[in-house]
Amino acid sequence: MQTALEARNLVKQYPGVLAVNDVSFTVAEGICFGLLGPNGAGKTTTVEIIEGVTPATSGEVFYFGELAGRRFREEAGIQFQNTALQDHLTVRETLQMFQKLYDRHADLERIIADCSLGGLLDRDNRKLSGGQRQRLFLAVALVNEPRLVFLDEPTTGLDPQARRNFWTLVQRIQATGTTIILTTHYMDEAHVLCDEIAIMDAGKIISRGPPDELLRNRYEGLIIELPLEDLSGDLDGIDHAIYHNQGIVEIMSTDVSTSLEALTPHVDNLNRIKIRQPNLEDLFLDLTGHSLRS
Amino acid sequence: MLKRVYAVFIARNREFVRDRGTLAWNILMPVILVFGLAFVFGGEGRNQYTVGVLQSSAEIDTREHPFLESRFIEFVPVTDQADGFRKVERHRLDLLVRLGNDRRYWVNPESPKGYFAERLLLQSDAAVGGTVRKAQISGDPVRYVDWVLPGILGMNMMFSCLFGVGYVVVRYRKNGFLKRLRATPLRPHEFILAQVASRLMLVLIVTAFVYLATHLILDTRMDGSYLALLLVAVVGCIAMVSLGLLIAARVTSEELAGGLLNMISWPMMILSGVWFSLEGAGPAVQGLAKVFPLTHILESARAVMLDGATLLDIAPSMIMLTLLSLAFLGLGAYYFRWGPD
Repeated sequence: MQTALEARNLVKQYPGVLAVNDVSFTVAEGICFGLLGPNGAGKTTTVEIIEGVTPATSGEVFYFGELAGRRFREEAGIQFQNTALQDHLTVRETLQMFQKLYDRHADLERIIADCSLGGLLDRDNRKLSGGQRQRLFLAVALVNEPRLVFLDEPTTGLDPQARRNFWTLVQRIQATGTTIILTTHYMDEAHVLCDEIAIMDAGKIISRGPPDELLRNRYEGLIIELPLEDLSGDLDGIDHAIYHNQGIVEIMSTDVSTSLEALTPHVDNLNRIKIRQPNLEDLFLDLTGHSLRS
Repeated sequence: MLKRVYAVFIARNREFVRDRGTLAWNILMPVILVFGLAFVFGGEGRNQYTVGVLQSSAEIDTREHPFLESRFIEFVPVTDQADGFRKVERHRLDLLVRLGNDRRYWVNPESPKGYFAERLLLQSDAAVGGTVRKAQISGDPVRYVDWVLPGILGMNMMFSCLFGVGYVVVRYRKNGFLKRLRATPLRPHEFILAQVASRLMLVLIVTAFVYLATHLILDTRMDGSYLALLLVAVVGCIAMVSLGLLIAARVTSEELAGGLLNMISWPMMILSGVWFSLEGAGPAVQGLAKVFPLTHILESARAVMLDGATLLDIAPSMIMLTLLSLAFLGLGAYYFRWGPD
């Protein structure tokens, strides 16, 4: 698999803030690469440097081995987190306008069907709901049959049903061999969609790899979770890693039966105990010491 | 390249035409102004008259006649009688007087300000014997509405170009639409070209509609060729759009853009001769007015419409407007930024 994209030593310095601090990574062709991190981690700035819409203080971006330039703009599709479309234009006119800006053309009817925009084609852009707008933004990102698609927090603000529909759509795009770079702060989204992730915090990449591999390397066993208020006394004598997180006690256990046995005398109410797999949120908390959505 | 320019051009046209409120205002505002001035003559913009004093010297001796001591009147020495007549005909002077032994005055019967200036002269002259005589102008005096129509069309063109391009580009930048375009193969000069072309076409259509309506109903004067007038409109519109693009080149706040556009458009409206002639104004003010594109648009439009000027006659103004356009476009393209960075 060849490298579709390489970011090399990207730095973005704003007055008083180092937003991106020497970030480097490569993305193989055909995968979905997730850039995760809390608000302000630097992921949107990093992606916008790669997209060419924000100039880097230093660093370089390579697209299929060559410095990203005109070919990159022709072949990349971008769905921005915050953007606007022209007022008074319909969905169809918007798609047609953007398609004419490229030499590469996708089959517009297929995109309209894939993004479920068929019933909205004659609707004014201003009259679209949040989910409809996101689908239109995605469709705009696909009008040039891109080899590389950027999705910047595409499901922020969508209801759970709309989010899941969007995931299906992204998976359909991925199935065509298109490389996807996704930024999100939804860990479940990253876990479902991404083949590989990079976690950013304070402008740096602090961990990188396939999600399951990162979790396997970091954690052994399951997490027992219970509300702090259900505990009577302390947990002295229980030989497991313990985390206190927003009123919840989390205990990492490689032998759940033994752990529960040791825990039972200290717990008033066993009904609220949960046992679950470690997830990317746990990983992030471990790595940075603060919550992903803080 | 042309395909991309055309795509953005068409999209911008649709956006403008479907914004009914703005479109209606662009058409109705100048029509209302022209009709209001034509029928009411209530739009006199300043409380000062300009009176030419026909004499051989460049200095006016106010002791020569009590009229010359009147307040709120600008007295301008005129040494060439033919030139003085012409200025009266074209509303650049409200009145032309010759004092001394054989006192005479010339007034444009179509000029409302001339009428009042004449009253003041006769009142002052009565105090010293009342010997001043009214004389006929040999030329063809134009009505005030004929004189003011090019001014209103030019002013509408100026506002439409400056705000319709400058303000819109800043809005695009602020709401992220420019950033979205930047991520496509569209280049800055293609975007700018599309904006110029779109606004040019729309302004020409609106201006032609307004001109036609006023011409048909008020029978406004047109002594020159429509081709020359079209050239003035095209070159003038390009200059104005270019100025709008320069102002919007990297501004990110609509409030700041509005302030800058007002700062440019209001002095132009006052000093370029939309409502009244700058005859009698100081050389510094007249020099400043020459820098404004609107001055050249109005001078050449009036020359074509009122004096039948040919393409050759208006060539200097067209060259000046072209140079201004090139300067504005060059600077605008140099300073242009898609986003706030």
